[in-house]
Formats: sequence, structure tokens, C-alpha cells
Amino acid sequence: MAVMVVVAFVAFLMFNFVGDPVDNMVGQEASYADREAMRDRLGLNDPFLVQFTRFAGNAVQGEFGISYRLQRPVADLISERMPATLELVMASAILAILIGIPLGVYTGIRRDALSSRLVLMFSLVGVSLPTFVIGILLIYVFAVILGVLPSFGRGEAVQLGWWSTGFLTVSGWKAIILPSITLALFQMTLILRLVRSEMLEVMRTDYIKFARARGLSDRTINFGHAFKNTLVPVITIIGLNVGSLIAFSIITETVFQWPGMGFLFIQAVGFADVPVMAAYLVLVALVFVGINLLVDILYFVVDPRLRVDRSVAMGGDE
Amino acid sequence: MALLEVENLRVEFPTRRGTLLAIDDVSFQIEEGEVLGVVGESGAGKSLTGASIIGLLEPPGRIAAGQIRLEGERIDNLPYDELRRIRGKKIGAIFQDPLTSLNPLYTIGRQLVETIRVHTDDTEAQARDRTVQLLTEVGIPAAERRLGSYPHEFSGGMRQRVVIALALCANPKLIVADEPTTALDVSIQAQIIALLKKLCRDHKTAIMLITHDMGVIAETADRVAVMYAGRIAEIGPVKQVVKHPKHPYTIGLMGAIPIVGRDIERLTQIEGSMPRLTNIPDGCSFNPRCPKVFDRCYVERPDLVPTGETTAACWLHAKEKTGV
Repeated sequence: MAVMVVVAFVAFLMFNFVGDPVDNMVGQEASYADREAMRDRLGLNDPFLVQFTRFAGNAVQGEFGISYRLQRPVADLISERMPATLELVMASAILAILIGIPLGVYTGIRRDALSSRLVLMFSLVGVSLPTFVIGILLIYVFAVILGVLPSFGRGEAVQLGWWSTGFLTVSGWKAIILPSITLALFQMTLILRLVRSEMLEVMRTDYIKFARARGLSDRTINFGHAFKNTLVPVITIIGLNVGSLIAFSIITETVFQWPGMGFLFIQAVGFADVPVMAAYLVLVALVFVGINLLVDILYFVVDPRLRVDRSVAMGGDE
Repeated sequence: MALLEVENLRVEFPTRRGTLLAIDDVSFQIEEGEVLGVVGESGAGKSLTGASIIGLLEPPGRIAAGQIRLEGERIDNLPYDELRRIRGKKIGAIFQDPLTSLNPLYTIGRQLVETIRVHTDDTEAQARDRTVQLLTEVGIPAAERRLGSYPHEFSGGMRQRVVIALALCANPKLIVADEPTTALDVSIQAQIIALLKKLCRDHKTAIMLITHDMGVIAETADRVAVMYAGRIAEIGPVKQVVKHPKHPYTIGLMGAIPIVGRDIERLTQIEGSMPRLTNIPDGCSFNPRCPKVFDRCYVERPDLVPTGETTAACWLHAKEKTGV
């Protein structure tokens, strides 16, 4: 909760310095009086604290004001754009997890195999190439040269109540492939390398050695005993990274002209559209807080040592 | 035929700077139900010998020569998967640190049931019954209720009991116990040792007890092998080795045991330290530290020779015997 207030405050504070929105809204020839009138109407002449309180009070009710640029309620804009971003992030997260974890486990177990080395080499590319370069490369190969996938947009979206989804049309599926790969690549390689190093660590522990000495099969040891012990750090990183997927999606959405929140945000920045920027930041912060909560809950599910103990009192003694 | 026969075992570690010889020509036998103590300094090759027997040498370590036979059948050259069936079923293992030997994320009941079901055709329910019975046998009170507990809910001594129960799951013929009591405090050490002894008597299980604690050996073992720099320096019945050691190294070891009530200024010690694997001296590897060293020790390497009731690898005794 405190986190949210601070983020809201910082977001708001910051946007008071990004430029004067009025400049963009009135024409070149506007008189000083016109500008003042506009400022008054928008409440920009009120003291800072008054502005902030008003902003925060409204934000709690899901009301983020009216976009200076589009003259429409920010809440509407965001809820229009959110499904696109969330679908993109979801697709990327699933892609990153489904590919990253198995490859990480594999390279952790077969650490000297040629295939593992190749995977690691490839993962280095994913870690070090910037997102926009990957996006542009993918566009070049699949959209320009091969012409099989669209280079921009979201394809046809189907409206399901307030949620618009691209998963119900072929063009929607085609359109999401490139952006989600672009967005997932960095996370995937990060997860891969993390899982691998955690696996290497766990494979050296005594309980794995002891599990071998008990004659358990490799499968049981690798997946049942070793992998589960890598989960706590892996969940932490995945959780944090779903948050940063949303942040990274700004770049991906710009490259692919994806009609999501990140694209909206970039346009808002160019225009000093304070209500939109503030609303976006607050929303992202909310997602981060939510994810962290989820991660903490998952810890308890995975690691019994973290559960508040029913049996500490009867903890065995000689 | 002995239960376990180790013959001319040689373990090497290929490294960039040449091959290190960690175990050099080690031979011994363990009879059914017998407790063989293996003592020596850190790095003498005790644990590696144990690891070779259960087939868990860490790469790049490998068995370069020799044979290991269990009930007359070679097990050192079995493929990994067949060896896995022997591990736990015929040869159990107990490691040094009970705090880290159990998987922290699973209940002890689950780990026991899992192990039992790998080696037997028991159903879940049968395995559960056997688990309760095993835990009771190793002295865990209210075993039934503790099945659902996680390792961190047990004390060190209790965890080692669980580890012993795990090693005993499939009624193995032999248990390789690598420093089973080193991580425990003294009073619990005694309990664990007593427990091991009792269980082996009951189940007729042989133990290879690896430790650097002469006291534990003297209390528990039937025979003892003293290892030094990858070789066996002396092997024989525990009483003879403790009371009348023949090899100067064993004599030094025995002399270094402090005795309560004897008023001395300093504890005796063996001068120097064990040579590194990279520069084991020619001749007898103990020659730089041996108080009774003579010419022959620098040139020729002594083999194990029966001297009285023990067997020692020392020219002092070879000379005696051959009358040189």
C-alpha cells in the first residue's frame, strides 16, 4: 500500500517536469490569456499538493482524468489498450517459461554435452542483444524477406465484453508471434541461465548425492529432487520478470506498432500527456505489487521451511 | 567367499597437470555382518574408497584398475543403471552430514516410501507400514506421527537416525558409512554408533565405517584398515591394531590419542603432514615423517606383509620376517 502511494507521488511529481502540456494543446498563436484560461480549466494553476491530492483521490476510484491529447477519459483509453498488452505479456511469459525452464534443466544436467554448449551460446545472444534489434531482425526476416508474418498491428481482435482478444482469429495469432518472441527472448535466456546455474548448484548438494546412493532413478532425482529445489529463486526471478515484461513491452510495442498500453505511454510522453503517463505508471506499480504478493504466496507452497510451523514446538529432540 | 572383495583398486583423477593417483593398489575384504573401520587423515583416500564401492565417484575421478566384487560378482564395471539397482538395495550409504543429506522439500515419510518402492514391489500402504517400522527401529518416537514432518523439524541426531533408516530401507548387505557421526555432538555420537551396531547385529549387515576417530573405531569395528596417502598402511583385528600397532604411522596415530588422567605437557603428534597427491615420495610414502626410516624406505615401496596378527606395509617388519 505504502509502495503504491509513493509510486503515485513520484509519478505525479515527475510529470510536473516533463514539459508544459498546454504548449501542445493550444496553437502557436494562442494568447497568454488563452493559455491561462486553459491552465485554469485543467487545474494546473493550483498548488502542487492540491493537485496531487485530487489525483490520488481520483486514482483510488479508478478515475485518472482526461487525456490532454485525445480528450477522452484515461480510464477508457487504458482499459481499451490493456487487453492487448496483457495478451502479449502473457504469451511472452508462457513462451519464456515453457522454453527457458526445460532448456535450463537440460543444460544443467548435461552440462558438458555439445548441445548444451550450443544452447548456452544462443542464450548469450538473447541476453546481450537489445530488444528492438531482435524485433527489427525478426521483422526483416519473417515479414520483409519471407513475408509470412505481419510486421505490425494486432490482427483482427474479437470483442468479448470489455476484453478484446486476438486469440480467436488466425490473423491475431499470426500477429502475436513476432512480438511475443521478441519480448520473450530476453526473459527466456535469463530463466534458462538461472535454472541452469541453480541446477548445477543443487546437483552438488549432499541430498542429491544421498538420493543417488539410495538408488533412485535419474529421472526422479533430476525432476523430483533437484528441480524442485531450484524453484524458490526461479519463481522470484520469473515473478519480477513478468513485471519487467510489461515494462519492456513499451519497446516491443513501439517496434511492432502493437496497440497496447506501452505504445499509448510512448505517445503520451511525446505529448506530455500527464494523466495518461501517471495512470500507466500507477497501473504498472500495481501489477508489480500484485506479482510480488503472488510470489510470496508461492514460496510457501514450494518450501515447507517457510511455513509458519505447526510443529516447531514438537521439533524432535534426543 | 567374502561379502565384499576389493582387489588392487586404483583410482585416478586426470587433471591438466597430469594424472593424480588418489588410491593406489588397495585391497581388502569385508565378511558378512562384519564392521570394518577405515581410518586415516583427511585426503588419505578413505571416502574415495567408499565412493568407489557405491559407484559414486565424482567425475573426473575414475577407477583405473582393480576389481570390486560383491558376493563374488564384479560391480565396478557395471553400467550406471545396473549399478543403481544395487545402490540402496544391496549397498546402503550414510554420509557425514545428516543436516544436508535429506531433501528439505519433502517429508521424511515421502522420502522413505519413495526409496522403499524403488527397491521392492511394495504398495504405497505396505511401504508406509515398513516406514513406520523402520523409524521405530532407529529410535524415533511416535514414528507414525512424524511421517508428515519435514527434515528441518528434526534435530541433527534425529535426522541421522532418519538417514540410517533410509540406508536400511531395502535390507542391504553392506552399509558404507562415511563419517556418520562427525557432524554430531559427542553424546549423540555414542547413541548413533550404538544404534548402528545394534542394527547390524539384528540385520546381519556389514558396515564399512569410515572415520578419523580412533575412538569410534575401537568401540565399533571388528577389523580396522589404516589408510595413508591412498594406500593401506596396516590392516588387522581392531584389538591388535589398537594395542600393538606395527606400522610406525599407526603407532603415531595411537600415540596421538589423548588419554584423560594422563598428565602431559603436550599431546604427541606425528611430525609433518601427509604428502600431496602431486608429490608422493618414492619408496614408502610415509618415509619423510617416519621416526624409524632407513635406507630401503627411500628406494622400494613396501607391500602389505602379515606381521603377527595384523598386516602392515612396512620394511621394518618385512626385514624381521625375511631375516635380512
